Amino acid sequence: MPIPFPDDSVGLVRPRTQVFEEPLALACGRSLSGYELIYETYGELNAARSNAVLICHALSGNHHAAGYHDENDRKPGWWDSCIGPGKPIDTRKFFVVALNNLGGCNGSTGPTSVNPATGTPYGADFPVVTVEDWVNSQARLADVLGIAQWAAVIGGSLGGMQALQWTISYPERVRHCIAIASAPKLSAQNIAFNEVARQAILSDPEFHGGDFQAQGVIPKRGLMLARMVGHITYLSDDSMGEKFGRELKTDKLNYDFHSVEFQVESYLRYQGEEFSGRFDANTYLLMTKALDYFDPAQAHDGDLAKTFANAQARFCLMSFTTDWRFSPARSQEIVEALISAKKSVSYLEIDAPQGHDAFLIPIPRYLRGFAGYMNRIEV
Amino acid sequence: MRADLDIIKDWIPTGGRVLDLGCGDGELLSWLAEHRGVSGYGLEIDPEKIERCLDRGVNVIEQNLDDGLGNFGADTFDVVVMTQSLQALRYPDKVLSEMLRVGKHCIITFPNFGHWRCRVYLGGRGRMPVSDFLPYTWYNTPNIHFCTFEDFERLCGKLDARVMNRLAVDRHHRHGPASRIWPNLFGEIGIYRISGAGFTDHNVAI
Repeated sequence: MPIPFPDDSVGLVRPRTQVFEEPLALACGRSLSGYELIYETYGELNAARSNAVLICHALSGNHHAAGYHDENDRKPGWWDSCIGPGKPIDTRKFFVVALNNLGGCNGSTGPTSVNPATGTPYGADFPVVTVEDWVNSQARLADVLGIAQWAAVIGGSLGGMQALQWTISYPERVRHCIAIASAPKLSAQNIAFNEVARQAILSDPEFHGGDFQAQGVIPKRGLMLARMVGHITYLSDDSMGEKFGRELKTDKLNYDFHSVEFQVESYLRYQGEEFSGRFDANTYLLMTKALDYFDPAQAHDGDLAKTFANAQARFCLMSFTTDWRFSPARSQEIVEALISAKKSVSYLEIDAPQGHDAFLIPIPRYLRGFAGYMNRIEV
Repeated sequence: MRADLDIIKDWIPTGGRVLDLGCGDGELLSWLAEHRGVSGYGLEIDPEKIERCLDRGVNVIEQNLDDGLGNFGADTFDVVVMTQSLQALRYPDKVLSEMLRVGKHCIITFPNFGHWRCRVYLGGRGRMPVSDFLPYTWYNTPNIHFCTFEDFERLCGKLDARVMNRLAVDRHHRHGPASRIWPNLFGEIGIYRISGAGFTDHNVAI
């Protein structure tokens, strides 16, 4: 029990909700007449309003990036390893803003929210949102908070894509972009894994075409399978081997199909089970689509260097050696484009056995490099 | 500032774009950015040195020189610098040719294996030279491709590179009269400025 909270924790935090009444036009052609974004902040905005940092979350993340909501919370926010006093994103220096993206299921307007036009939850009718749409909605939140320019926009994985998109969509509003374990676009293999996850959800009889909420059920099995397949891509072969090997839960084989025999099966089922109890299936579909569609170079003849031509930010990219979801080669593509576009960029390839999930783990070299870069940011 | 860097800093044009291969703790790039308005990147593989570059605000890319410079376009830098790394490369000839492709000029420093001390050591004892300056034994040295000034200049010739400046200095980077007269015998460290075949430029006064 974290009582008292650790010295390097932001401590107790409380989310806030911002209501936006002006319609938001989306890439899909539809628009949201109004929406809400839930967010948290850590640290203090300085008088010059020059120390604000935006944290963008990945596929299943949310606005609770650091600290605790309750003294009895078992775990802090999802990126507590990197946000707090004395941590790489030092809350004694920076004013940190973390939000739940549009389409999410943790308090921002999404498929589980009530559609004001119908009086029932959006469900499957929630429009498909893209990384660009998210960045536009985040810019409005920045306006409300009086932040004309972020000292840094930071994210890992899908969050890194948003950080990159910020420098393209709003070049004058970002001084530093830190994209960790990210990619300039998904590969066919990445999309394939997402499609398996989506099919798992879509083919669950309890999905009801996305309107399961009205039916009072949730497509638990589909969501569980989706998370299981996703989770495999977050870990490395080595880390799975290290963690589970071929260890059995029981002392003998059962020669059947329904027993949970290997430890790794038990772990995946637990992860899937836990996830399916807290995440919305429609949100999961939306998040995977946002990933699939992200390809900022597409509008520039596939030329990533041209895509970043107007960016004014300085960049820091980091990757992890055993990440096979977004391997170092994917970050290197971005680095190469930034060099070609004559942008200021640093790149770290951190030797870590944990796979894609490494960006959430307090790996000493990662934290030191991250902190080193953040410390140089002038506010 | 490290003595060799102190010499080569004056070979780099104000406001130029510089690629520093094996940039160490970023001392050169940091100084050049501050005093000469130079921009660019350092390549390094040592995690601690990379951290020091970040601490200094130097653009540092974690990249192994032996993997080539394929991520850098032709003629995209005014100067490509490589200090004290040539002899540790797996394919020094390939890296040198890559440097000539990427940069208008290249500055390279390396220890001279033709120095009289090396010759005396090898000739007298019949063993690979070990000194305070090059303290490794043959089996554990990172320096796997030693050469002499003469060897290096022959390689430049083979790569159609022109030697624009050569400075032979001792281990304290002093440019004494002996190394002026017979550099390959009395120069301990070579500091070279070279350019590719197509590039012509006046010599920089040194």
